[in-house]
Amino acid sequence: MKALSIQHLTKVYNNSLKALDGINLDVEQGDFFALLGPNGAGKSTTIGIITSLITKTAGDIKIFGVDLSIHPEQAKSYLGLVPQEFNFNGFEQVKDILVTQAGYYGIPSHKAKPRADELLHQLGLWDKRFTPSRALSGGMKRRLMIARALVHSPKLLILDEPTAGVDIELRRSMWAFLENINAQGTTIILTTHYLEEAENLCRNIAIIDQGHIVENTDMKSLLNRLDKEVFVLDLKSPLTKPINLCDINITQIDNTTLEVELKKDQLLNTLFESLSLQGVEVSSMKNKANRLEELFLALVEKTQANS
Amino acid sequence: MNIQKQHHWVAFHTLLTKETRRFLRIWPQTLLPPAITMTLYFVIFGNLIGSRIGQMSGFDYMEYIAPGIIMMAVINNSYANVASSLYSAKFQNHIEEMLIAPIPNYLILAGYVGGGVARGLLVGLIVTIVSLFFTTLPIQHLLITITMIVLSAVMFALGGFINALYAKSFDEIAIIPTFILTPLTYLGGIFYSIDLLPEFWQQASLFNPILYMVNAFRYGMLGVSDIPINIAFIIILSCITGLTGFSLYLLSKGTGIRH
Repeated sequence: MKALSIQHLTKVYNNSLKALDGINLDVEQGDFFALLGPNGAGKSTTIGIITSLITKTAGDIKIFGVDLSIHPEQAKSYLGLVPQEFNFNGFEQVKDILVTQAGYYGIPSHKAKPRADELLHQLGLWDKRFTPSRALSGGMKRRLMIARALVHSPKLLILDEPTAGVDIELRRSMWAFLENINAQGTTIILTTHYLEEAENLCRNIAIIDQGHIVENTDMKSLLNRLDKEVFVLDLKSPLTKPINLCDINITQIDNTTLEVELKKDQLLNTLFESLSLQGVEVSSMKNKANRLEELFLALVEKTQANS
Repeated sequence: MNIQKQHHWVAFHTLLTKETRRFLRIWPQTLLPPAITMTLYFVIFGNLIGSRIGQMSGFDYMEYIAPGIIMMAVINNSYANVASSLYSAKFQNHIEEMLIAPIPNYLILAGYVGGGVARGLLVGLIVTIVSLFFTTLPIQHLLITITMIVLSAVMFALGGFINALYAKSFDEIAIIPTFILTPLTYLGGIFYSIDLLPEFWQQASLFNPILYMVNAFRYGMLGVSDIPINIAFIIILSCITGLTGFSLYLLSKGTGIRH
């Protein structure tokens, strides 16, 4: 079952800007899907059309098999949206925002209130339930937007850069929360500029640029396309002589740091054996750049060069 | 009631409750000013100036203007409530909460108009109570009185809705009330009978829909009117039908709310 099916979706704005040029995209039920792209690529336009905030120029959208144009109420009832920008009524109290949102989905207040309480506890907002939303911190507002999107238990949750400007501790707790609801069956579509986030959370990915889908595959296949990786090695003790590793490019950054470029067919074991033979001990190792980031940049640069 | 109707009812009730809660929460801005303004009207126009005017259409001047002043308060407040609430929702983007939800357009319209009517009628009740400190209000035709006040509130709530859809700034919310609504209200026979006007201006006044509302409402209370009541109802119901159709058309096109 496809949670989302987009066919030939096109959007031309009034100023003649073609934001989407006939894109096709499928997201399977239960997936954790990343929709990535540079600023202005068409991500937010795509999400805006799926959530009925933007009118399409052409194309079809089905949500769990229901055509959004023909049965908008049924299709919309499956959706939850965490938008990029805060969009609360700043004067409304936190709990009222959730109960009101549930009401818009036809959930009466006697059922909405316990659900709101449950989400407020889960997202650490219980103490703020009677606070006007404008008085919340940035991180709390982000969590409130997630609670609001989940109050009607949507089958498909769309998150448009949910962790923008959020500190790392909160970001990780939000990741854990999202992984948990995905494990419980909610299909998730995520847009983010933190590619580490997409790599860690998502199983499938589409990259959009200049209104076209330039890549649509599973995360593993995409990452396997990397023909080389650059690692930064921290050494236990300073180097006393130059290092020589045949077939492996190595750059000495300083006395205790090396940068090593490994091709796809070269093994880390070979690297460590060679270093051991030369008396070099490695205390820690990390990728120089996020793997997905390298692929993303390569794909986007290629599209922009072709256009 | 089937499930979809139940959902629609809950959604409408939610929106109406939210709209009502909004104007009650900010009562010093929404309910108190009309009470003060209309008290001043009664003191200045009714008491100080009215005592020198004498009678109009067989009633004390204060008694004659009271229905029009109540109607003016209802019109202004039902219009202002929807215009400011919907535009604020657009401005702060929280209108998106509603647009992504499975609410049909006619319920969005009904919820906002319902909120505007609720404020208009509550302000109307407050001004009526204020007026009772200055004059008596015999109600000759209760049904006409109630129907006319509700229909007037509905009509101007619809006007406020359309204004808010088109508005791109808070200034554009103020332009219509200042330059159109207020002149039409003052020229709508609140303070005088159109019999006092020269023939040309009597005819010109007949193009002002507020004239019909004020006179029909005055007829309900005092039993006197410058125009036939059935014509008043036909005109107001036609206006409501036209404005409702136009509002739904704008919503279906996404004018002012969807890109």
